[in-house]
Amino acid sequence: MTMAPPLMSPSDPMLGVDPEHGTSLWRGAWRRLRRNPVAILGALLVLAFVLIAVFASALAPYAANSREWASEVTLTSVPGPREGNLLGIDRYGSDLYSQLLYGARQSLIIGVVSTLLGLVVGAMLGILAGGLGAKVDMVVMRIVDILLSIPSLLLAVSIVAVLGQNRYAVMIAIASAQVPVFARLLRGTMLSQARSDYVLAATSLGLRRRTIVMGHVLPNSLGPTIVQATLNLSTAVIEVAALSFLGLGESDPAVAEWGRMLVAAQDRFASSPQLALWPGLAIAVSALGFTLLGEALREALDPKGRR
Amino acid sequence: MTDDTIGGRGVNAPDVVRRDLSTEALLTVRDLRVEFGKKGQRPTTAVDEVTFEIRRGEHLGIVGESGSGKSVTSLAIMGLLPATGVRVSGQIMFDGEDLLAASEKRMRDVRGRDIAMIFQDPMTSLNPVVTIGTQISEVIRGHRDMGKAEANERAVELLRKVAMPDPGRRMKEYPHQLSGGMRQRVLIAIALANEPQLLIADEPTTALDVTIQAQILEILKQVVADTGTALIMITHDLGVVAGLCDSVHVMYQGRVVESAQRRPLFAEPRHPYTGGLLASVPRLDSPRGQPLKPIPGSPTDVLPWTQGCAFTPRCANRIDTCTEKTPALKIEGQRALRCFNPLTLSSAGGATP
Amino acid sequence: MTERRRETAEEASSKPDSTNDQLLVVRGLKVHFPIKHGILFDRTVGAVQAVDGVDLDVPRGRTFGLVGESGCGKSTLGRAILRLVEPTAGNVRFDGVDVASLQGEKLRSMRRRMQMVFQDPLASLNPRQSVETIISEPLRAHGIEYSKKNRVREVLDLVGLPASAATRFPHEFSGGQRQRIGIARAVALEPELIIADEPVSALDVSIQAQIINLLEELQERLGLTYLVIAHDLAVVRHISEEIAVMYLGGIVEQTDSEQLYLTPRHPYTIALMSAVPVPDPAIEDHRQRILLSGDLPSPANPPSGCRFHTRCPYRQETRCDTERPELRLISPGHRVACHYAEEIVAGTVTPKVDAALPV
Repeated sequence: MTMAPPLMSPSDPMLGVDPEHGTSLWRGAWRRLRRNPVAILGALLVLAFVLIAVFASALAPYAANSREWASEVTLTSVPGPREGNLLGIDRYGSDLYSQLLYGARQSLIIGVVSTLLGLVVGAMLGILAGGLGAKVDMVVMRIVDILLSIPSLLLAVSIVAVLGQNRYAVMIAIASAQVPVFARLLRGTMLSQARSDYVLAATSLGLRRRTIVMGHVLPNSLGPTIVQATLNLSTAVIEVAALSFLGLGESDPAVAEWGRMLVAAQDRFASSPQLALWPGLAIAVSALGFTLLGEALREALDPKGRR
Repeated sequence: MTDDTIGGRGVNAPDVVRRDLSTEALLTVRDLRVEFGKKGQRPTTAVDEVTFEIRRGEHLGIVGESGSGKSVTSLAIMGLLPATGVRVSGQIMFDGEDLLAASEKRMRDVRGRDIAMIFQDPMTSLNPVVTIGTQISEVIRGHRDMGKAEANERAVELLRKVAMPDPGRRMKEYPHQLSGGMRQRVLIAIALANEPQLLIADEPTTALDVTIQAQILEILKQVVADTGTALIMITHDLGVVAGLCDSVHVMYQGRVVESAQRRPLFAEPRHPYTGGLLASVPRLDSPRGQPLKPIPGSPTDVLPWTQGCAFTPRCANRIDTCTEKTPALKIEGQRALRCFNPLTLSSAGGATP
Repeated sequence: MTERRRETAEEASSKPDSTNDQLLVVRGLKVHFPIKHGILFDRTVGAVQAVDGVDLDVPRGRTFGLVGESGCGKSTLGRAILRLVEPTAGNVRFDGVDVASLQGEKLRSMRRRMQMVFQDPLASLNPRQSVETIISEPLRAHGIEYSKKNRVREVLDLVGLPASAATRFPHEFSGGQRQRIGIARAVALEPELIIADEPVSALDVSIQAQIINLLEELQERLGLTYLVIAHDLAVVRHISEEIAVMYLGGIVEQTDSEQLYLTPRHPYTIALMSAVPVPDPAIEDHRQRILLSGDLPSPANPPSGCRFHTRCPYRQETRCDTERPELRLISPGHRVACHYAEEIVAGTVTPKVDAALPV
């Protein structure tokens, strides 16, 4: 019996555009992401946010908390936009525009670090639960359930209360609210992936359990977690502001912070609504950027879209 | 050819002689063309130049693999293609009326009353939260003025007709309580509820086991024989067609490549694709060790019909003309064939002569 | 045609009953999945008896076919042999080694010698791995020395794929090509036994023959032993030398391919055979079709006695309902699990008169 001839023909998809390398799912997702206008808008907003945060001191016309115009602030009003102060003066006599730029730094650092922390710890718990069998799963998930049963803001308040009022406490507080989200999500995807045929195939091939979990199950479960992390960045930015608003945020008054700017705007809201408008807008727009990017990522990584 | 009188006729032998086919066509499809495409994108042609007719009581088979356009053809007849992003042209004459020109309201009347359809997956075609009985009687009452009790009676009668065991009890059950074969019986009962003139079955047995498939085919055969309903059977399985259909249309990449009465088609396939399919399927009755002759490549290896014959990349019989011109469907006596270099009698890997 | 049939039948019956070189020996294999119930504490309330006492002997270098309809337990049996599901009872000896008792590293290294080909080629390939990784990862796992480029190319060539396939990903191939990748992954480990679970049923009709031929060529080249599991009797008959027919967790008939076709003895086999459509109107018009009544009973609550008695046209009062028939030798190389196999042949036990329609 002779071998069948190689079954390739001119129109074969394998001899398509790029003869050297195949298109991995990651690369395909990246390609879809680049073509999605929503993703581009989201990425631009996020990029602007990051650039402002990083180069705040170069971009801002005045130093943070300069209080240069403190004398002009009265009990009922603050100076509005004018030459030299693009958005006017804030409640404590500093340039509102500069304060807004410095505030981005605070939101970004705390938002990113806390989400990363939540992601890493949550993912580790998720991998333990989803990859090490039923008994570990049982124990880990009960811990996660306990974390989940405490309202996230209450949890954050207690953590700040215990650790003291500083930015690290805020990070840990926000992160601990995210841990159960990531843990449950990753565990769920891993367990459903673990039931798939390719995992059965890997077992039958005699691969080690560690290889199967880390090399097969995990990479195929990351998509939803990446999407969730991006979406969580948006909630983290809001939560940073919320904690500050409640007086539980950064304790150092010299650090500009959007949430605290909102608090400061309260008593002069009627006469100077711009005090609340700009930080509020900054929070909303940066959160929107992450949300758009997350939604676009979800679309790009959706396995249904790849066939 | 085996003499028809030899041997005992099996319970399933299609009674070609008894069914009298009227000469007038019930459904005539002419130059059906279906294009899919979003706005601004180049449309893809799913079905093109499809022409056939079916008479009352006739059983017609449409055979093809995935992507052949066989299901799109049936959806076009039913008027079930989405309204946007699809362009349908040609003519679908049903009982003297062009269905492509009919309004959506008119099509709703036609569907389920004059033309009914059975799908491959009986689970997704049934509403999971409504009882079997309600689903059948709803269809009956949707098309005619009938009381609830009367409709229920008729539903039980229909279930009996499709040999559903204990039909009275089944009326109160939900789809998930039934097996695949029983669900398919319910779908047949629903399809027959208003005594349609045409029944389209799209892979009705593909999801079923072979002994259940035999039951369902037998039921289908009997119920359409009783009512004189015309039947279009859409399938990838040549075996299903062989025992059931009067005429067979073989589709490849959206076009009919060969059509003929079933006996000449199976005994003497002329299109290399038809011949290739027959030679590549392992047959229960062929002696072991007889190697199969596969068709090389896959259904995705195609040449656009506009550039020649779509089957060329996989065809063993190809000649230069095949990539230069588009073959037309030529009618030779009882057979229609779309091929520049058809199989000759000797090379045809046909069925038992 | 008839002459040829007789010839092969003679050949088949004259074949020695090779019992000395069995690569795979299965005895009394049972796989029961517990059915659990309860809100706080899981209580076992019953068991799905997916496989319930199966004996198999697969001779080295041959192809053994396992045929049955969905729910008969054939896939579970295949997986239990490979210890992909844990057997409840019974033993599996592979080349003299008791697979059922192997643990940890020993089991893992044993897996190199027995491989599996899956039904759905796309689902059984990790979508994020390139073909090169898919094929070379198992080699690495078993510490097999290889030159990555050469071995992958060699294996791809063996299954009829070009070397350029190595850098591509599963979703970039057609169904038939994906199944070739799955087969390449299995043969790369140079196994002795390949269990193919419905290897062609997810493929387009015109592709199936390519894969069947490929499996046959590989067997010839590499001296493989196959256990082919499928629902399609025509496919199984084409590819296998020996066939076992399964019904509801047990084997009801087992003999060589020709005998099974020419002289099926179990009523279920007879019905199954008659239900398979043949793409030939000349034959279809004159076939006697035996329609079974009803559906497959649930394996969680199988019928007493002979498991087929609820659907059997030859069912005899009381004995079939109460006594489970053993798989017994009725002629050389032909085993049937039916109390009345001889009487059915002799015509002293006849089928009940068919109702007009199968119920």
